[in-house]
Amino acid sequence: MPIESWLIYTLGIMLLGSIVALEIRDILSAIIAIGIVGLAVSAAFLFLQAPDLAIVQFLFEIFALVILVRAFIGKKAHADTLSIHKVYAFLVALALVAFFFLFTPVFRSLPPFGEPLLTTSSHYLTHGPQETGAANIVASIVLDYRAYDTMGEVTVLFTAILGALTVLRMSRQTQKGREPK
Amino acid sequence: MILYLMCFALFLVGLYGLLTKRDLIKIILSSAIMGYSTNLFLVLFGYRRDATYAILTPNNSGQAMVDPLPQALVLTSIVIELGITALLVALAIRLYQKYGTFDITKMRSLKG
Repeated sequence: MPIESWLIYTLGIMLLGSIVALEIRDILSAIIAIGIVGLAVSAAFLFLQAPDLAIVQFLFEIFALVILVRAFIGKKAHADTLSIHKVYAFLVALALVAFFFLFTPVFRSLPPFGEPLLTTSSHYLTHGPQETGAANIVASIVLDYRAYDTMGEVTVLFTAILGALTVLRMSRQTQKGREPK
Repeated sequence: MILYLMCFALFLVGLYGLLTKRDLIKIILSSAIMGYSTNLFLVLFGYRRDATYAILTPNNSGQAMVDPLPQALVLTSIVIELGITALLVALAIRLYQKYGTFDITKMRSLKG
């Protein structure tokens, strides 16, 4: 079986899973459906010869599932109806379908699947092992050629986690403040 | 081509959820779907036919390798996405404690 068929199959599962996750009423089922989508992404990365990405995506998915389940299970007050208005939702769907057909020519102008441009990357592939001494070329790009990018990424991650902790700690303090009343 | 289009359709499904859902949890899930499709699209773009993974081992010396640059950038993108999801979840929990609901149409008051 060629790789395209596997990837089309995986992407079909992802489309199905995401539609189920958005339309189902039960929150636990929606979170599980999102987990299926994420694990399908991990499998697609394996098909696309990206083992490090598959591992990172797998870990991300498990963490995200744990966070979502821990945060949202047992809270009953979900929205009564899922969408805002039937007419509004229909109009948005129509506009997005129009978007899809409008942007189809853009994808035709991209290089076809299986033949990447490889302009900067050919230098990394040919000179990377000699210049950095790393056998894993992805790691040599992340930690050597584009180390400043990685530092910025760590800063963004730190800021996001700091924000999450600040918001949660604030709520704990207000809870304590309310208890004596 | 069809793979790119399916990825784009997945992105649009996420955008649809982001624009039309009332439940904060569904909105967080929609943003996660958009992130997945973008990451997958970038890695699809760097795949080379009949090439091996970009790690030098004795088994694949001299063979063609896939484009490592999108993989390196998507690696950082996935990690950032985890941080963003955690931040969104924290904000949703805080809003739940304040309003007692996840329905965004009921979060109207600006009082403390």
